[in-house]
Amino acid sequence: MTYLSIRDLSVRLKGGPSLLRRVSLDVEPGEVRGLVGESGAGKSMIGKAVLGILPPSVEITGGQILLDGTDLLTLPPKDRRRRIGASCALIPQDPLTALNPSHRIGPQITDRLVDILGWTRADAEARAKALLAEVQIPDPDRVLRAYPHELSGGMRQRILIASAFAAEPKLIVADEPTTALDVTVQKQILKLIAGMQARHGTALLFVTHDLGVVSKVCQYLSVLYAGMVVEDATVVDFFAAPRHAYSAALLAATPKYTDPAAGLNPVPDAVIDAVRAEVAAFDRGSA
Amino acid sequence: MLDAKGMDGRSLIRRRAGLRLWLSAGWLTLLCLAALFAPWIAPKDPLAQDLFLGRMPPFWMAGSEPGYWLGTDSLGRDVLSRIIHGARVALTVALVAGVITCLIGATLGLLAGFLRGWVDMVISRLIDIWMAFPPVLFSILLIAVLGPGLISIIIAIVVIDWTRFARVVRAEAMAQGAMDYVASARVAGRGRIGIMLREILPNVLPTICVLLTLEMGIAVIVEAILSFVNLSISTDDPTWGGMISEGRTAIHQAWWVLVFPLITLFLTVLSFSQLGEGLKDRFDPVLR
Repeated sequence: MTYLSIRDLSVRLKGGPSLLRRVSLDVEPGEVRGLVGESGAGKSMIGKAVLGILPPSVEITGGQILLDGTDLLTLPPKDRRRRIGASCALIPQDPLTALNPSHRIGPQITDRLVDILGWTRADAEARAKALLAEVQIPDPDRVLRAYPHELSGGMRQRILIASAFAAEPKLIVADEPTTALDVTVQKQILKLIAGMQARHGTALLFVTHDLGVVSKVCQYLSVLYAGMVVEDATVVDFFAAPRHAYSAALLAATPKYTDPAAGLNPVPDAVIDAVRAEVAAFDRGSA
Repeated sequence: MLDAKGMDGRSLIRRRAGLRLWLSAGWLTLLCLAALFAPWIAPKDPLAQDLFLGRMPPFWMAGSEPGYWLGTDSLGRDVLSRIIHGARVALTVALVAGVITCLIGATLGLLAGFLRGWVDMVISRLIDIWMAFPPVLFSILLIAVLGPGLISIIIAIVVIDWTRFARVVRAEAMAQGAMDYVASARVAGRGRIGIMLREILPNVLPTICVLLTLEMGIAVIVEAILSFVNLSISTDDPTWGGMISEGRTAIHQAWWVLVFPLITLFLTVLSFSQLGEGLKDRFDPVLR
């Protein structure tokens, strides 16, 4: 059964251009879908729309976001907040700004469980400790009492992952969770996220611009250009034979670390022009 | 994580911040005690005039009068006693006006910076309009309308200076509001007020703290300025500004009447600002 189903979601800058153009995609429980595209393609915007944290300058102009069969967009704001809070979580991009510098780590994980989901403090603390152990943080007791600035970036990202899984969410949106990290740490973090996701059976929406990451973590992917899904495929099919010219060019543009002499292959202008024409045709059609 | 060098750097910062904190806090404590126990500490009656003792120099100069440590003014009143009594007005204004200004300004700034939208529009425009008034003229005008007195001075300071807090706190709250931890808190289902108080406020607090102490210093100066132009409280109560104003007329014959209240004023304002900086370092979890 589909857990998250986005249907024809359209988002635009208030009084301005479209940011998402009738985006549709599904994520099943226990499944990882990658959202790929260049900067500004709207991949983060999809995650933000699902979690209800779009910036105030942006508005949803149409479509549905079905979470477990209920359209979030038709719910009153309070119910929507409660529903998202109980069943979704975010793994943010930048671990350096995603933990509140004024609070210790422990309360940052447990307070939500206690204040919003009604856990007892003891349960929440036991849960936090178990999770830190699960994300392989040595000496969880000390870390729970630490302030964020006392920990390294990789450590903080582990904590954020633990925190995201704390309330056993059904859906997690990971917004470029490894972009701000060292390449050496990236791989560990990816493994960690994939492992946690598989163990907990969570549906995961994985936003990234890195196709290499997609091939390691995701089973499905949506390629976006200018807020439009140009290709929706399984990862196996995509890497074997991308159907859309733009996604093929994107795949070809991935630098080959094994062959440094090969140089870079930017997406050809002809492909960009073609996909832009597609977007323009879409805008004419919906206007 | 913490190598030896890093530790040294940190403790050095802390020690220097510590010294500054202790010196300024020490002076302000001394002043508070003087203000609280003025009638018992002051060697003389600050209002008692004695024309035979006019313009006596301070104790180390020839011709000084025993018991009048810092000399006397033209009317024979004891300068030290007047400074001690003047601390009462100065500190009352600093504390009351500073705290009220801070509460009003910081609250409006926080609301504007975090809620954005029309709340921000209204508050920001208000700040812009407010800041277009020249502050000194504005305060003199206000006192003229409200009539002189301690309460009027406090009201004038609050009315004029809240923008100082609102502007800075708004900018800071805006920057904090864009951080990922705020997004996480929203996803978790925290309400806007909850986020504002739990997530944003603790990170803005060090700034508010510095502004508050600066504002206390400014309040002391404003009070002195208003006393200087005779718009403060009744001329019977000694104030530092009033003393400076009176001393100015006799600067060539009796410089001490002007200089001692001026030094006191200077040290007090400096201490307030240094106290703020020191406290900020203490508050900041990164430097702690």
